[in-house]
Amino acid sequence: MGAIAFPMPDAGVLARREAIIAGLSQLVAPNALITGEDERRPYETDALSAYRRMPLAVVLPSTTQEVAAVLRYCRQEGVPVVPRGSGTSLSGGAIPQEDAVVVGVSKMSRILSIDYANRVARVEAGVTNLAVTGAVSAEGFFYAPDPSSQLACSIGGNIGMNSGGPHCLKYGVTTNNVLGVTLVTLEGEIVEIGGSHLDSAGYDLLGLIIGSEGQLGIVTEASVRILRAAEGARPVMFGFPTSEQAGAAVAAIIGAGIIPVAMEFMDKQAIDICEAFAKAGYPMDCGALLIIEVEGSDEEMDAGLARIVAIAREHGVTTVKESRSAMEAAAIWKGRKSAFGATGRVADYICMDGTIPTGQLPHVLRRMDEIVKSYGLRVANVFHAGDGNLHPLVLYNCNDPVEAQKAEDAGMDILKLCVEVGGCLTGEHGVGIEKRDLMNVQFNPEDLAQQMRVRAVFDPAWLLNPAKVFPLEGRVVA
Amino acid sequence: MIVHTPTTEAQACAVVKSVVDSATPLALCGGGTRAGLGRPVQAASTLSSAGLTGITLYEPAEMVIAARAGTPLALVQETLAAHGQILPFEPMDHRALYGSEGEPTIGAVAACNISGPRRINAGAARDSLIGVRLVNGRGEMIKSGGRVMKNVTGLDLVKLMSGSHGTLGFLTEVTFRVLPRPERIVTLQWRGLSSDEGVALLSKALGSPFEPMAAAHLPAGLAGEAALTLLRLENFADPIAYRAGELAALLGAYGVPDRLEGAGPDALWRDIRDAAFFADTGEAVWRLSLAPTNGPKATAAIARALPAARSFHDWGGGLVWLAVPADGDAGAAAIRAALRPLGGHATLVRAPDAVRAAADVFQPLSGPLMRLTAGIKTSFDPAGIFEPGRMYAGI
Ligand SMILES: Cc1cc2nc3c(=O)[nH]c(=O)nc-3n(C[C@H](O)[C@H](O)[C@H](O)COP(=O)(O)OP(=O)(O)OC[C@H]3O[C@@H](n4cnc5c(N)ncnc54)[C@H](O)[C@@H]3O)c2cc1C
Ligand SMILES: Cc1cc2nc3c(=O)[nH]c(=O)nc-3n(C[C@H](O)[C@H](O)[C@H](O)COP(=O)(O)OP(=O)(O)OC[C@H]3O[C@@H](n4cnc5c(N)ncnc54)[C@H](O)[C@@H]3O)c2cc1C
Repeated sequence: MGAIAFPMPDAGVLARREAIIAGLSQLVAPNALITGEDERRPYETDALSAYRRMPLAVVLPSTTQEVAAVLRYCRQEGVPVVPRGSGTSLSGGAIPQEDAVVVGVSKMSRILSIDYANRVARVEAGVTNLAVTGAVSAEGFFYAPDPSSQLACSIGGNIGMNSGGPHCLKYGVTTNNVLGVTLVTLEGEIVEIGGSHLDSAGYDLLGLIIGSEGQLGIVTEASVRILRAAEGARPVMFGFPTSEQAGAAVAAIIGAGIIPVAMEFMDKQAIDICEAFAKAGYPMDCGALLIIEVEGSDEEMDAGLARIVAIAREHGVTTVKESRSAMEAAAIWKGRKSAFGATGRVADYICMDGTIPTGQLPHVLRRMDEIVKSYGLRVANVFHAGDGNLHPLVLYNCNDPVEAQKAEDAGMDILKLCVEVGGCLTGEHGVGIEKRDLMNVQFNPEDLAQQMRVRAVFDPAWLLNPAKVFPLEGRVVA
Repeated sequence: MIVHTPTTEAQACAVVKSVVDSATPLALCGGGTRAGLGRPVQAASTLSSAGLTGITLYEPAEMVIAARAGTPLALVQETLAAHGQILPFEPMDHRALYGSEGEPTIGAVAACNISGPRRINAGAARDSLIGVRLVNGRGEMIKSGGRVMKNVTGLDLVKLMSGSHGTLGFLTEVTFRVLPRPERIVTLQWRGLSSDEGVALLSKALGSPFEPMAAAHLPAGLAGEAALTLLRLENFADPIAYRAGELAALLGAYGVPDRLEGAGPDALWRDIRDAAFFADTGEAVWRLSLAPTNGPKATAAIARALPAARSFHDWGGGLVWLAVPADGDAGAAAIRAALRPLGGHATLVRAPDAVRAAADVFQPLSGPLMRLTAGIKTSFDPAGIFEPGRMYAGI
């Protein structure tokens, strides 16, 4: 692979590398500045590892003030900056370029305060998603957005990508669960947006920052909503003969007024891969599987499940497997949550992330299969069925450049299909570099120019994460 | 006053283009009931969404509805009700407060981020708004978001539009995510608690696993002689019965609550949603948003400075509705001083024009925030034609 273009590095910046490093060394502690080639190597790429660029230098500040000093300096010197959390972006959002300084928040990983009465926690941006839940779980609370990468990914990265997860069907994504942030602008200004209250004053800048992929500033702290966990939760597995039947069951459940906490869909290919890895007891004779989770007391879950099972039966369900213990429940989720890792063991894959109107599901599944077959490849599908967020995994062999290109092309065709049926290019992984050149498929030039004018308010010289989100051609600067 | 009433998006673009060169200010309106909130706007002409009506997409099984901006809110709600669905954020109806008779539109609900008591659990209008089409200040049609809930494609201009009060663009179509209407609604009611006790009770309930959908405290004298502390549960019938019992037990220290259903509590929640207790009084009305446990602290501090102030607490204490005498600065200085050590913000929702022209209606922003705000305004509306000064001077 390697078809996605990067901007030409600024020769002037490259030539001044030593001076720039010397300047940075005045601003942060010695162990916060990484310049050696081997030490920089881990920052070359993120989870879109087919692409990599060696950054000019890496800075890992420990305080908001240090971040501000570094950004002020980089802007003054005209040096591009790439914000980084844990580097698990699947769209290349945190991939640097040769003339850029990576500013990582991984050292800023403290939980600053927890206020149970007001159901809010103040955390530094580098804390992992799971650590937030870990810090409050003893009191029965949790942080709702639960990306499958939650063990590794940071709150800052979650804010960058507006990340979601299986439980977002009921609890919303990152943007619905953050009350305030401390943002450092490229000017080095420290801006407090929102706080520990709802509906912050003025324009919804919080809503704008979340999902802006590190293009508007670096988030150093966040106030996140913490919620009281339900008394219990029970995932149930439903096996259907065909994807169509499973899709129809999803629509019927929602149509009946039931919003489970999660509704995850896996097709035959994904069932095979995940079962081989996780031994979750998935039914092997099914064409599609739904994992539906309900919450509440035992009686509440029984009652809710009875309704769901009745609807599933109307749609030809052949296997219903309830988890009878915490271990069984964990196994059911383990299969789903390890889908990406398990797939990686059987083949290389590109994970796509489009969203479609759920009514288009049967059509899209059929078309996707045709698209991928036409390239001579295979696809495994796992996705958040309740909200139509697809994750087709296009399987290929990365040692075969021709096949790799085919996989990338097939992926792009799938995303175009998502837009064609009324959906969008990315539901939770972001545009990054990966889908940058497809933005024209979803937006016309006026739409894009308006977004870029807003971007330019924060970064007129286009130095923050410059190669991401917007096509390199036709950029609007201030 | 010229009123432009386009019936197509192209016509709306043409109206904006026709005033852009001369930078002639344009008021935007939906049902034309506008007047109350925000700073008074001087505009030569008005661009109305009254000609842009109709539901353009409704897929109950996908929980999504789209309508042109001028569509009456009532029509949207009736359409949803016919399929057993609701707008999750329970939009407030300001007509009681302003004493006007217009027809609220879905576009203005989006533009002003109008929400109600369910906000604490189900989010604000902005949380359900998933797509917009708008005319920007260059007369261009812009779309952002779409019809699917999960979407991180590019910058989220949808959120920016929500709560921009018409200052960034003229919405022509809005798309919301909807939810099933609950099968049953039960209100638990405690009588005679102080505000501190009431908010502590609500806080404990909201930190329980039993999912109250709304949580309010009304001091004595607002809705009857006794103070009322209220929790609303919504769900299928069985979970509600169970949760009501568990909550009553958990909160046993505060006494045994009444369990209410039907028209009485529905009307009470409507009054809370619409701040109707302050409807006919001529007082100035403020809306404070702050951390829930700071609610009683804020009202106590304000009462010291403004003894005539009356208030009640929604969102478990996080939303304070406040009525004060409408003279002077309508309490602006005292209220904002009380909030300073507590955090949060205050909006002057109702006051005479002269007061709103002089006082800050919306919470003043820090220097850096104001600069970003001004930049965003310019990025959408370089000539400054839309609702000039509605939110802040120059915005
Ligand atoms: C196995 C696997 C499973 C995944 N599952 C999911 C899933 O279920 N749901 C989901 O949504 N995503 C998922 N992802 C994608 C990824 O984990 C998320 O996008 C995550 O939010 C990235 O967090 P990070 O800390 O790794 O950020 P990074 O990858 O470091 O950065 C992501 C983006 O945010 C920006 N950024 C990072 N930190 C900051 C900051 N402090 N301030 C401003 N901008 C910043 C970066 O510039 C970049 O654009 C998965 C990834 C993997 C590898
Ligand atoms: C006299 C009166 C004044 C009110 N003022 C406000 C108020 O200022 N803010 C508030 O939150 N609620 C206000 N309300 C509450 C009102 O009930 C709701 O906002 C309602 O939904 C208004 O609907 P409408 O169509 O009448 O909007 P309007 O009252 O006509 O407009 C309200 C605001 O929305 C903006 N707006 C309307 N349509 C569009 C559009 N298509 N695109 C962009 N912006 C648009 C207007 O510029 C204005 O700032 C007011 C109600 C009354 C009766």
